[in-house]
Amino acid sequence: MKEFDPGTNAASIVSVTDRVRPLAIPMPVTSVHFLGEVAAFVGAEESVALVSADGEISLVPVHGGGILCAATDGARIVMGGDDGKVVALDKEGEVTLLATDAKRRWIDNVAVHPDGAFAWSAGKTAYVRGGKGEDKFFEVPSTVGGLAFAPKGLRLAIAHYNGVTLWFPNMAANAEVLEWAGSHLGVVFSPDNKFLVTAMHEPALHGWRLADTRHMRMTGYPGRVRSLSWSAGGKGLATSGADTVIIWPFGSKDGPMGKEPAMLAPLQARVSAVACHPKQDILAAGYSDGTVLMVRLGDGAEILVRKNGGAQVSALAWNGKGTQLAFAADDGDAGLLAL
Amino acid sequence: MAEPTSQKIPVTVLTGYLGAGKTTLLNRILSENHGKKYAVIVNEFGEIGIDNDLIIGADEEVFEMNNGCVCCTVRGDLVRILDGLMKRKGKFDAIIVETTGLADPAPVAQTFFVDEDVQKHARLDAVVTVADAKWLNDRLKDAPEAKNQIAFADVIVLNKTDLVSKAELAEVEARIRAINPYAKLHRTERCQVALSDVLERGAFDLDRILELEPEFLDGGDGHDHGHDHHGHDHDHGHSHSHDSHGSGGLKHYHDEDMQSLSLRSDKPLDATKFMPWLQNLVASEGQKILRSKGILAFTDDDDRYVFQGVHMMLEGDHQRAWKEGEARESRLVFIGRELPEQMIRDGFENCITT
Repeated sequence: MKEFDPGTNAASIVSVTDRVRPLAIPMPVTSVHFLGEVAAFVGAEESVALVSADGEISLVPVHGGGILCAATDGARIVMGGDDGKVVALDKEGEVTLLATDAKRRWIDNVAVHPDGAFAWSAGKTAYVRGGKGEDKFFEVPSTVGGLAFAPKGLRLAIAHYNGVTLWFPNMAANAEVLEWAGSHLGVVFSPDNKFLVTAMHEPALHGWRLADTRHMRMTGYPGRVRSLSWSAGGKGLATSGADTVIIWPFGSKDGPMGKEPAMLAPLQARVSAVACHPKQDILAAGYSDGTVLMVRLGDGAEILVRKNGGAQVSALAWNGKGTQLAFAADDGDAGLLAL
Repeated sequence: MAEPTSQKIPVTVLTGYLGAGKTTLLNRILSENHGKKYAVIVNEFGEIGIDNDLIIGADEEVFEMNNGCVCCTVRGDLVRILDGLMKRKGKFDAIIVETTGLADPAPVAQTFFVDEDVQKHARLDAVVTVADAKWLNDRLKDAPEAKNQIAFADVIVLNKTDLVSKAELAEVEARIRAINPYAKLHRTERCQVALSDVLERGAFDLDRILELEPEFLDGGDGHDHGHDHHGHDHDHGHSHSHDSHGSGGLKHYHDEDMQSLSLRSDKPLDATKFMPWLQNLVASEGQKILRSKGILAFTDDDDRYVFQGVHMMLEGDHQRAWKEGEARESRLVFIGRELPEQMIRDGFENCITT
């Protein structure tokens, strides 16, 4: 952990708050995704707000209830709801019903693959629909906590109690199980396909090096980690859950084993959302007190995007080119920043 | 930001052994015209289903927390479901969690203590246990789950009282009281109980620990407990209907493996001593302590402090100011197995401001 000099007062921080286009999304927002230049703010229930580059908001109904999960490949957002439906939304506002659970169970998780495949889960069962449209499913021993596609090949990581199952939907081979006691609620592959990391129910991450399934424990958080983002090139994994942004080093073959994480942008508030810039070593961080900062990974220099005092920041995203940042708070107060 | 207790959504946990009448009670709650909307987390779909309410199926998935404490089990499925339900806040007024007949209530209750996000939005209102007047005695002998459900209860709905004689009813009530003297007990047929007696109880059931007579709390018969100064007369004058078994008084039992313990003080407690003592106590003896609750008066504190706990987990807060003329008295109760009574009593004495 390096020394941080908090000697500056809030007024002296570089601020771009006057360049933010404020948006009033008329509902609580849980995530935001870019579809080209359109920012899509996913509501807690029923609708998605599509916001064009010039700030025009249109509400699109997508679910008949709570929206429990959302994932994007940049062209569409795939969502699951407590209405038992899996739907997709594109930037034109067109909604496609992809699947309906036969028992109308909650769709707890979704994941999208760059080549068009997508996955969802209801209860203990994970489903994958490939490019050809046929559904495959796999049942794990307990309710699915998270889904992620590997960056190469059609391989799905299914997080559950006491570990993660790695499944090749198109192969007959047995699924591989990575074990670690506890409840695993989110899962991500590193962009180089060498590591798998889960966010646990307790305030910790767990990781495996896929080559030899060596364990990596990443602990010390005061709160549960709900937001994970890989830095450009996958050298670091930025996380929420503490009163600083915690960035675990994944640049070497051993990952973060035996290393200290970087701790940037400390505030008197909990980091609630992180989003790394797609190309540069910059990240955006949102906090429980409503603050949004841009932080340079190299030296921790900060730029203020949104002042504190509002609801917790619940959504953050960059567009694919890294020229726009979108953010939103729990209460729908949101903004767009063009760089 | 945590919401004030009053704005947190109240959660009622509904337990009861197989066949006791849980579903009957649940159907009543859902079909009665009370103007409230409930989100109901059930184990099996099919038997109920009212359009107005949210009904969610659960799997009773229990997992152990990775904190080295074997009794820190929580219901992972509840964490997930409550997380999802919070997206629909405003669509319901309260949550009811039904457990299966064979479930241990501890993981359900602990879920409301251990999970930060759950705690932010929801609070455990009461554990309501439906018991079968005819068969409970037998189940208490052969089913540890049934005994746990009685021990955990804030409210006991003693159902099917029309199927037993007065003597049998007195017998089963005495058995219940031997395990849990603090729960509010309602005798019912077909679960005909006022819903206000089981739902959104708030602090009412906690206040009950103040109302009980000390003689009653101490069991009254004094054997093996070293506090026989209360005498052995078995005549406490409370309102139970006495049966005709000949002794002329209410039966008192001591359950072989479950006890309760009550502590009180008229003098204020020293918070700087009491808090560490209580935390250490549940940390070291929490496996034996199923439930703990208390209303506390601290030195130089004009607010009533209340707490409740499940095994090793505690939750407490200032509840309200002491009222004018209200006796500033502290009361604590513990229900558990093999409670180290003398150790607890001595420790508590030590926290009283002299």
